[in-house]
Amino acid sequence: MRWIWIDKFLEFESGRRAVALKNVTLSEDHLHDHFPGFPIMPECLMIEAMAQTGGILVGQANDFREKVVLAKISKAVFFDFVRPGDSLRIEAQISSIAPEAASTTGCILRDGQVIAEIELMFSHVDQNLAGKKFPEENFVFTGLFTSLLRDIVLDAAASPAESI
Amino acid sequence: MTMSRDEIVQKVQEVLVDALGADEDEVTADATLMGDLGAESIDFLDIVFRLEKAFGIKVPREELFPAESLLNNPDLVSNGKLTEQGLAELRASVPHTDLTEFEKDPDINKLANLFTVNAIVNYIDGKINAA
Repeated sequence: MRWIWIDKFLEFESGRRAVALKNVTLSEDHLHDHFPGFPIMPECLMIEAMAQTGGILVGQANDFREKVVLAKISKAVFFDFVRPGDSLRIEAQISSIAPEAASTTGCILRDGQVIAEIELMFSHVDQNLAGKKFPEENFVFTGLFTSLLRDIVLDAAASPAESI
Repeated sequence: MTMSRDEIVQKVQEVLVDALGADEDEVTADATLMGDLGAESIDFLDIVFRLEKAFGIKVPREELFPAESLLNNPDLVSNGKLTEQGLAELRASVPHTDLTEFEKDPDINKLANLFTVNAIVNYIDGKINAA
């Protein structure tokens, strides 16, 4: 992950599901071009929000040992515009996970209304079918995103006595 | 659990329509996954995941799509063709696939043509209706 597009995790159940929050603001530069006088969040960035939520969920399931890369957008359907000021709830579930890859389903909601339904596939690139080699260091899960998980995953992993 | 051949065909068809974005009428018994339906490597895993859910079974990837382990073995491939031993291994690993045409000219570039809709249906049929 080269950048962070979600604001925080609200829920995180290891290996099963995660819920993240993304607040949309007019201070995001691209909204002034998309479109002038009619700022709406590009759909591809809703997919990115789901890819980050689902990707971290899939990565954490294997303790971030795998390089988890978005490999396929199996489904992406959008039902409404997202505007500055909206708070998006991004819900992702793991539907299948194998040594080589994982798939997720999920939806994006605003005030309980479904804005998008998105299904993704992630590849564990070191296990790719073509046998291609990638750099040893985990370029996907760098230190950049650990702050996102600090409050959620570490709390869940800590015993009750430690998490006061 | 047993299932009729028609039911299996229909479910496999649904899986491939969803996984590959293919039209229903493109998914014929003889259609090849890569050549006719445009499948790429990640799609094979997608298909495996969807088959597992649709039929409630476990599908070890190398059972359904065993080719790559054969190709990496120099005893089994010579001059871009499968050797006798290679063919024997292939026959043993894909009993659900019709190899008659392929055996006449076992060029490894033609292996992709073996992955047909029918081969998947045969595999599922053997898996859930066996014994």
